[in-house]
Amino acid sequence: MSLLQAQPLKVINVGLESFDAAIRAAGGDSVHVEWRPPAPVDAGVLAVIARHTERIEAANQEAVARLQKAQPVLIDMGVARDLIPGMADDLLLHAGPPITWDRMCGPMRGAMIGAVLYEGGADTPEAAEALLAGGRYRFAPCHEHQAVGPMAGVVSASMPVFVVENKTYGNRAFCTQNEGLGKVLRYGAYAPEVVTRLKWMADTLYPALQAAIRATGGIDLKNMIAQALHMGDEVHNRNRAGTSLFLRAVTPALVRSVPDRDTVAEVIEFINGNDHFFLNLSMPACKASLDPVRDITDSSMVVAMARNGTDFGIQLAGTGSAWFTGASLVPDALFFAGYTKDDANPDIGDSTITETGGLGGFAIAAAPAIVQFVGGSARDALHYTLEMYEIALDENGVFQIPALDFRGTPTGINAVRVVERGIVPFLDTGVAHKKAGVGQVGAGVVTAPMDPFVRAVEGLAATFSTN
Amino acid sequence: MDTAGQIITGKYFDSVSLMRVAKQALELPGVKDAAAIMATAENKRILAASGMDWPGLAEATDTDLALGVLAESKAEAESAVAEMEALLKKKPAAASADTAFHPRSLAGALASHPDAQLALISIAGRYAAAEAMQAIEAGLHVMLFSDNVSLDAEIACKQRATEKGVLCMGPDCGTAIIGGVPLGFANVVRRGRIGLVAASGTGLQEVTSLIHQQGGGVSHAIGTGGRDIKAAVGGRTFLAALNLLSEDEGTDVLVLVSKTPDDEVLKALAERVRAMDKPVVAIFIGGDPAVVEASGAIPAATLEAAAYLAVALSNGETPDQALALLSGRTIPAPQLPAPPRRYLRGLFCGGTFAQETVHLLTPKLGTLRNNVTTALDDPDHSQGHTVIDLGGDEFTAGRAHPMIDFALRNRRLLAEADDPETGVILLDVVLGYGSHAEPAAELVPLFQQISQRENPPVLLFHVCGTDADPQGRESVVTALEAAGGVLAPSNAAAAAWAGEWVAALQEGGRA
Repeated sequence: MSLLQAQPLKVINVGLESFDAAIRAAGGDSVHVEWRPPAPVDAGVLAVIARHTERIEAANQEAVARLQKAQPVLIDMGVARDLIPGMADDLLLHAGPPITWDRMCGPMRGAMIGAVLYEGGADTPEAAEALLAGGRYRFAPCHEHQAVGPMAGVVSASMPVFVVENKTYGNRAFCTQNEGLGKVLRYGAYAPEVVTRLKWMADTLYPALQAAIRATGGIDLKNMIAQALHMGDEVHNRNRAGTSLFLRAVTPALVRSVPDRDTVAEVIEFINGNDHFFLNLSMPACKASLDPVRDITDSSMVVAMARNGTDFGIQLAGTGSAWFTGASLVPDALFFAGYTKDDANPDIGDSTITETGGLGGFAIAAAPAIVQFVGGSARDALHYTLEMYEIALDENGVFQIPALDFRGTPTGINAVRVVERGIVPFLDTGVAHKKAGVGQVGAGVVTAPMDPFVRAVEGLAATFSTN
Repeated sequence: MDTAGQIITGKYFDSVSLMRVAKQALELPGVKDAAAIMATAENKRILAASGMDWPGLAEATDTDLALGVLAESKAEAESAVAEMEALLKKKPAAASADTAFHPRSLAGALASHPDAQLALISIAGRYAAAEAMQAIEAGLHVMLFSDNVSLDAEIACKQRATEKGVLCMGPDCGTAIIGGVPLGFANVVRRGRIGLVAASGTGLQEVTSLIHQQGGGVSHAIGTGGRDIKAAVGGRTFLAALNLLSEDEGTDVLVLVSKTPDDEVLKALAERVRAMDKPVVAIFIGGDPAVVEASGAIPAATLEAAAYLAVALSNGETPDQALALLSGRTIPAPQLPAPPRRYLRGLFCGGTFAQETVHLLTPKLGTLRNNVTTALDDPDHSQGHTVIDLGGDEFTAGRAHPMIDFALRNRRLLAEADDPETGVILLDVVLGYGSHAEPAAELVPLFQQISQRENPPVLLFHVCGTDADPQGRESVVTALEAAGGVLAPSNAAAAAWAGEWVAALQEGGRA
């Protein structure tokens, strides 16, 4: 239609907000854009990306379609040593991109010390630290071993793990059992009570749950996450509904499989007392769903976002096993009594696999109960989710937001859009004390740093010049 | 260091609310630590360990809420605890009116508003062209308000706009009115049957405002950006706008406003104007009227004359009737200052107003020191007759445009009044959307101060705007006149009057 016949004139206002009000006061329609500058990317890189737009878009369609088709099912439990590819007694897996001992943050070192104590590799924290610093152990990202871990995410050989299988593609993902809040290994605590709890989890919780899970014949996690979203979880910072649903699904099998009623009661009490128990299932569900998206040439879709407490790293479908990193940021959080932002460690953990899979911060609009983390109003939470649609490739076919009229969650992060639009992923997170051994000090939200996305787009552009 | 605390029983608060309250308490004066937690045995230990213990805490039970504060003084601790209680009682604020989600990008806005027709872009120049190009590719018309867009980018945008059949107004397009909707810095004018195309923002504001004041109305006012009439750009937007208005059934009369276009562009415009079956009035500031006449357009000597001519033509009257109205006006005779006050000092926000003033007064006063036709070594100080565009680049680096931020001109106004040689100070006041919301509040105190001095200079002003503007022209005029200012009905009239008066002062000085 000709501009001059427009009635009313409908304007997109990019810039001064006062212009928007003037248009509406005069009877026009206007939508104001809260514009922000694109990330600083080399013009040559952008030109390469622009020249390959069609290839990138085609690859991204394939990538996000694979994610949509995923069917993650909890099928079993076992011991890391027996199940995780490449796992060994001298190997310690951790959250985030690769890191050496000298660059590890306090909570990561604390968790490593705790794992060595747990494995019986040393008798004292000091001895454990000496072994770790002295090269006795190798370190590798969980992500490179089909695993994910919340916070420090440390996995050692004898820890029990959940086995989640993506039935569509046949791949598996692994994750340890969630220890609960307070002084726990994943927040870098290694006091005797931490190790004692881990032992109980291996000796009592694990065999009981393993038997129960086997007896259920498998639990459809995608379906369970979808239900949890309808019940107020975003399955990253809030897992109360998911934990309840899991307990409901597993309890009959648990009662039938475990003869000792006290053990059954202890297991149920433990899960019931830990609102985050389901996090260690939502995470491997996302990991199992995203791994088949790896190694799709040309795709700018993010397949992993993970932090080791020092670096924030991402991987793209189109750039193979390369990590693109930047400094991890300190979250904006609400702190537990006695703690402040000064105590907080930079963001840590593989739990951003949930955002990578269209959950967590991307689904915060589904979780009004925790909106105080994001500024207090349910509308703020809606806006964060709405913003994430701008960098997402698709809307989820299964995970829905009731408050957005059951719109699918923003799913599949497009790194090119992140830099073009200057919009970084919005993440929910827990906050660890920066000192080893203290534990969790708060919870809140954080945005991903822009640097890893800029580097990833540069990395993707480089693949075009080499092939 | 001192502690205060409070136990609250029989109330439920979720843990997140409690953490939020504790966080807010930490921001209160003197507060070193604050806690809002359920009084479980474990939490009570935490409180004690953090130095927060008070009588009554020990007796509190699991279902009680403990509010504890550690502060530099007892009074600060107690007041913080009271504040925490108040925060817990406070209901969340009701959703405010503007809580709609704002998309974060042009593409995001298009996704939720696929029927949008135009993108109004006013972000920093280095990003603006890419955004404009994106809008053009999406089939949107564009008004590119931003300046500091390269000539190459302008040409690329306008070429692509032509290919896509959309209009690219700007870069550096300050004003447009499309179907009654003001875009950018625009005045609120009556709708009517006069269509305008302008390569000058304030020029367009002046002509549309004067059309309104004369009882006429505007169908559309299309801006092109000042460089459009350069040979390199080729008048692409100017020509496209002419075509649109030519075909627009709501437009009977056209007005063209610009500095003199480059030759090739003028030729193309003339060709287009000659083929048009609607009357066209043209004001090419600083241009040769013969050139305009040759194009078949009716030349206007001033922005004001253009408005009068257009209103007359749209009312079925002749150009002569319009010009008779203008020439019939008398020039007022205010109290002129005594020597040595004798020079003109023009301080303009609108670049076009400064240009028009220089153009109109040069024949009468000889060379005027100005930053419009030349660059000045020392633009901050006046000498002889001086006309300054305070919107010039040398003044606006790092500050808002003088239409919005009056500080710079206010200072200069006082400096000119202090200069014993200043005879007449000439000011423009630009109203409308985007301009300063309360220009009178800025200028009245200065006018009062200056006009109450002994032997003050004349304060001559013109107000570009309408009574329908948010600032209201009539109230601005009344306030400034009451403060000692002399109102001219237009920029051209102001220049003419100022010219007469300083000419008289020159003679007085010599006498």
